[in-house]
Amino acid sequence: MTTATADFMSAKEFDARTCPVTDYRVDLVAETLIKTNAVAAVVCLLLGGIFALLIALTRWQAIHLLDPEWFYRLLTAHGIDMLVAWIVFFEVAGLYLGSTVMLNARMVAPKWAWAAFILMAIGGLMVNIVVLFGKFNNSAIMFTAYIPLEGHPLFYLSYILFAVGTLIAVFLFFINVAVAKKENRYQGSLPLVVFGLATAAILAVYTLLEGALAFIPAFLWSIDVIPSYDAEVYRNLFWGFGHPAQQVNLAAMVAIRYALAAITVGAKPVNEKLSRWAFVFYLFFINFGSAHHLLVDPGLSFGYKTFNTSYMMYLAVLGSLIHAFSIPAAIEVAQRVKGLTRGTFEWLRKAPWREPGFSGMVLSMIIFGWIGGTTGVTIGTEQLNMTSHNTMRLPGHFHATVVGGTTLAFMALTYYLIPLIFRKEVKLKKLAIWQPYAFGIGIVIMSMGMIVSGLHGVSRRHWDISFANALFPAAIPGTVNLSLAVMGIGAILAVIGGIMFMLVVLVSIFTGKRVEAHQLLLVSGGSNPLKESALVSYEEMEKDHAQPRGTFVIALAFLMFFMLYYFSNWWLLARSWIVR
Amino acid sequence: MLAPPKIWWRKLGRLEKNLVLVAFIWCLLLTAMMPLWYFLGRLNVPTTTLRTTPAKFEVVVKDFAAQYQVGEEKGIPVVAPPPGDIYMYGKQWQWYPIYRLQLGETYRLHLSSLDVSHGFSLQPVNLNFMAIPEYEYVITLTPTTSGEFSVICNEYCLVLHHTMVGKMYVDE
Repeated sequence: MTTATADFMSAKEFDARTCPVTDYRVDLVAETLIKTNAVAAVVCLLLGGIFALLIALTRWQAIHLLDPEWFYRLLTAHGIDMLVAWIVFFEVAGLYLGSTVMLNARMVAPKWAWAAFILMAIGGLMVNIVVLFGKFNNSAIMFTAYIPLEGHPLFYLSYILFAVGTLIAVFLFFINVAVAKKENRYQGSLPLVVFGLATAAILAVYTLLEGALAFIPAFLWSIDVIPSYDAEVYRNLFWGFGHPAQQVNLAAMVAIRYALAAITVGAKPVNEKLSRWAFVFYLFFINFGSAHHLLVDPGLSFGYKTFNTSYMMYLAVLGSLIHAFSIPAAIEVAQRVKGLTRGTFEWLRKAPWREPGFSGMVLSMIIFGWIGGTTGVTIGTEQLNMTSHNTMRLPGHFHATVVGGTTLAFMALTYYLIPLIFRKEVKLKKLAIWQPYAFGIGIVIMSMGMIVSGLHGVSRRHWDISFANALFPAAIPGTVNLSLAVMGIGAILAVIGGIMFMLVVLVSIFTGKRVEAHQLLLVSGGSNPLKESALVSYEEMEKDHAQPRGTFVIALAFLMFFMLYYFSNWWLLARSWIVR
Repeated sequence: MLAPPKIWWRKLGRLEKNLVLVAFIWCLLLTAMMPLWYFLGRLNVPTTTLRTTPAKFEVVVKDFAAQYQVGEEKGIPVVAPPPGDIYMYGKQWQWYPIYRLQLGETYRLHLSSLDVSHGFSLQPVNLNFMAIPEYEYVITLTPTTSGEFSVICNEYCLVLHHTMVGKMYVDE
């Protein structure tokens, strides 16, 4: 103990405040960095959201708003701004939050953090300019930029700059955590949320290195240093980066859900060991999903494809199934300990449904799991991919995962960053209460519209599925006009949800005076679940009346649904032409 | 969010144990499905690939089309080959040629691209494969339904991508 105290005394002092609500020591430098990255993220979300609306209104065949050139440009920019810029800026904010505030620790190298931010900002800005303005030899080549489609050299350079910036930020996370440990800022093991963020950070390191393997040669190829670049090799390298990048989002999202469960109902992991193992499964096995996008490509063997889409016996999927149980179970146990023990679902009925952090988290889990997860595993199955590759079923799947799942969870967390980190009062609370529902339901409707369209053969990234200017009419059934309209209506609702989010965030942050946070919850009154949960013992959580029975029932229902969807796809495949 | 207690390495509860077991069995089943179907299913993802070059492949396809040509639609030959090897390329922004196949016969479709990557999407059957330049993908296929089919490009191939559509007929 004396050594510990001595270490603490010798540790570098930093400008900090103590948060009156969470008792965390908040490094003021880290706070500014978190704010800056979060604001950059929201700006990207705004930009990508505007593009999203215009794209959806174009694919809604009855409206067909944009001309093809602008459609493909905005589609490229939308993919990059949302999937990369919004999510990664927010994740960097999350990594800084996890490695400083949540550990009562300091930002070790703020100058490097600023350098990282500037690189990412330049990369993000540059790629938008290159894609949106036709002067750069038409760089509207989509987020995937499949060689031999050739973008302007600046296109590849902006990817590289953004990636280098991100890599610096990720390393700063590790440095912060290591120094925090050395300076005894926290005791024992990392909190689970930070452990989850660490998983995301480790995944990010090799994801970004694989990205370098794909994009540095692409850059050199675009400036004619390398004479040729094999299309299939690029596809392999790109997806070594592209899919794992989504797994980074997955790990970060799950970590944030644990945080939201703790903030809104005081949920503590029922079994830390299980939850941590689930993160470890992500770490080791999730990259065996990188061939998802190559399943109907030439040049790769059955063994290679199957192995690299199988998540190593689906152990990474097992990780997700565990989180899908352990997060709601933690919520249920926390609720039951409070006395909500009647029947199987009283804990759920009497949950704080008006609290945006709670509703956002729950909707994020439902949309991610029931729509995103089941469709993802299905279309990622080697043979089943033949009936779905590059159809609208894909965007239907990943809008459920990264928009309904990740984005909604990030939005939900943002509501608590406003009082705790920005130290501003959340305004327009009524909007905030309804926002997760509008956004979540919109995404559900949109994803459903996309999936049904895809099942009828509508392809993704396509300006005109009616083939009005084509040589021949195409054999796409007219019913897709209906499903595409459903998609459009869902998208409009989601955009309304997005606007509600923007209004709450921007009005709260940019109007109103700085105030110290005085309560944790936004609408559910003055209680502080985080502090209250600290008083709940494991003995109490283990009592019979506190067991997560309701969650177990929900989890089994989910698995039944999963099996039904999965096997109905095999049935569908078996009715197809014979190929081999 | 809070630091865990000093000893967090605890046994799983009964419900947790059951859930993990059921989920793990499901994962094993998911893993088994792909190889099982590979050996037992009557349709699978083709695995044969040859190397080629766009220039070489274009000649092969054009020669083959000329040999079995039976008609022409909008400048693209309609070709009725005997069962066996057939050849098709995609290029910005057309599929070449149009095939007239026989129901129940088996063909080995050699597929490649002359420029950028294209997506071979047979509709309304909804079978999808990639056509990648320099790779000759050999797809063994037996039509089980007859009529007129479309080959849509479903991999973005620059600004007229949405006009890239070909045809395929299957006669009884």
